[in-house]
Amino acid sequence: MAVPFVAPAVLVLGALTAGPALWVFWLSLRERLPVFGVDRFAGLGHYAFLVTDARFWSATRVTVVFTIASVALELALGLGLALALRGQRVGRRSAMSLLLLAWALPGVVTARVFEWLYYPAGGLVNVALGAQLNWLGSPALALPALIAADVWRTMPFVALFCYARLLTIPPAVYEAAAVDGASRLATFRFVTLPLLGPVLLVTLLFRKLDALRAFDLMFVLTGGGPAGMTETLTVYAYRSLFQTLRLGFGSAIGVVVFVLVMLVAAAYLRVLRRQEAAA
Amino acid sequence: MRVIVLAVAVLALFSGCGERAPSDGIVTIVFKHARMFGDDPVPRLVAAFEARHPGVRVKTEALGASSDEQHQFFVINLEGAGGRGAGFDVVMLDVIWVPEFARAGWLLDLTDSLAPGELSGHFPAAAEAARWNGRVWALPWNFNVGLLYYRADLLARHGLSPPRTDAELARAVLTIQAAERDPKLEGYVWQGKQYEGLVCNALEALWASGTTLLGPAGEVLPDAARAEAALARLRGWIEARLSPSWVSAADEELTRRAFGDGRAIFLRNWFYAMDLFEDPGSPVRGKVGVAPVPRVTDGVPAPGATGGSLLGVSRGSRHPEAAVALARFLAGEDAQRVLASGSVLPTRVSLYSDPALVAKRPHMPAFRDLAMAARPRPVTPAYLMLSTSLQPEVSAAVVGVKSPARAVAAARHQLEHALSGLQ
Repeated sequence: MAVPFVAPAVLVLGALTAGPALWVFWLSLRERLPVFGVDRFAGLGHYAFLVTDARFWSATRVTVVFTIASVALELALGLGLALALRGQRVGRRSAMSLLLLAWALPGVVTARVFEWLYYPAGGLVNVALGAQLNWLGSPALALPALIAADVWRTMPFVALFCYARLLTIPPAVYEAAAVDGASRLATFRFVTLPLLGPVLLVTLLFRKLDALRAFDLMFVLTGGGPAGMTETLTVYAYRSLFQTLRLGFGSAIGVVVFVLVMLVAAAYLRVLRRQEAAA
Repeated sequence: MRVIVLAVAVLALFSGCGERAPSDGIVTIVFKHARMFGDDPVPRLVAAFEARHPGVRVKTEALGASSDEQHQFFVINLEGAGGRGAGFDVVMLDVIWVPEFARAGWLLDLTDSLAPGELSGHFPAAAEAARWNGRVWALPWNFNVGLLYYRADLLARHGLSPPRTDAELARAVLTIQAAERDPKLEGYVWQGKQYEGLVCNALEALWASGTTLLGPAGEVLPDAARAEAALARLRGWIEARLSPSWVSAADEELTRRAFGDGRAIFLRNWFYAMDLFEDPGSPVRGKVGVAPVPRVTDGVPAPGATGGSLLGVSRGSRHPEAAVALARFLAGEDAQRVLASGSVLPTRVSLYSDPALVAKRPHMPAFRDLAMAARPRPVTPAYLMLSTSLQPEVSAAVVGVKSPARAVAAARHQLEHALSGLQ
């Protein structure tokens, strides 16, 4: 009886997500090089090579470091911004629109803006610091420079989510805390933060999944360099899939990204479910 | 009912797009090309072609701006359509794609359509890039060569002649920087960012060190010692402060701007930069000279790497004769003369001494000798695999996180793995 009603959703989901995912997995088990007319079964050969591939491990490390650092900073700064916004008396609207501007810019445009900011001679960042730093070309600075660009771009997203939640916290809660003689810090720690918890968790999930698939900033700004030190897994997958048409090998990297993302998503979903059960 | 009507209308719309030979006998071919800078000569050339071929109409369609986008577009369309009916007939190809596209079966073999010696009017390096496996797959259309730009005014002021070797280059940088006392004046700028341009710089370094990326039998980095010396040389320029450390993030544009603003004495770049230096508003106008990229030692030649584009015909073209005719017309001397009066440099040797062109672009004769000595990047269908595997390793040597020996060993390992899948 229910089948006809569920069927459209199942079909659409199957066609749009499960189908391509299975196809990519199947491709990752093959050696397929259309340019060379090679198309044969390779089993787990690509995965076996990835285990020994220094470039793959470097890309994995870059992806993980980028994700943890950028999301942590975005969360801390975004939350701070939301609190500041709530406390602000005038100009909230214009502050919000300015915030959204950074978030609304296409990634490639953001990357170009930062290319100018990081310009070695006469770039705004170096002028402001009075320094001559080689932001995008030095092994120690390139990844932090990209993280900073990503934080600038996505902090508003976090701020907006937190701000929206802050507005829904009834003033009575704070009044009660004040009556109990709670300090500002204690109010934040025991009232605001717990109430923000679920929103923070969802934001964290969104941002983590996004950051794990980071591509545009490094692709435009550094090309993955110097020395592959800003090459993420998706950049490596793109180079293999589209630039060199190693469809099987590139798909294997894609599958690894997929598994990583699924693991993170599953962990968060479990936490969320537990929270719902507790609530 | 309304849905069906709409569907029929949409179908009719799409089938109309696919229609190429209407009843009046006129054939339409599609020319897919990258947009040219400045005054685009393509419409004029196409009109001239149509005037000569009354039965043929040419539709031009512009490609995306970056080379990566263009490559991706072709790969998806040509591979997706299995080479048949990809929706275009004549395509503008980056010099490094020709063997790849030919190997994949996406290009029409042009060998038998050409007159004997038809490629002999082009620079040898340009013609070499058109051939693969003993056949001709594309026609050279425009050209670029890596070369050394120098500040002729600064060299003259300090009694120096253009450097031919590394030692002379180093002496010139140190002499001029010491005398000019301008902390903003850099020495030698080149492209060290991890991208295709770095591979061009690395290839030139390999050649100047007397070795190659691929040996005669296809072996990767056949002479490890010389390859290490080549990478050590790139790193050495930065360590000796002859080059600023930011070259490790620099592409063509960044270095061109630094030199064009008068902030560098020497620049490795392509032909095309000269027109920009000679612009009326340019701070270095009339102060720039060109020379071959420096040699390591006097005995070993140091050719520049070549760039540029060629014209190929899609194997899925429904009107191959008209498409081949258009490609041959555009690659011909008359069409290239029109191109050369704009911002593009031709592949035809004779145009570099054409009086009218030389009057307009006085640096052309100087380019001629550089182009004659130039060398193409490895002509192999696996070029992009080689390049993308090589880029991080060369970059690692340039920024000093790997010793040249480790970078060469890692590059060999990567490249051999990339090539092993082809067998």
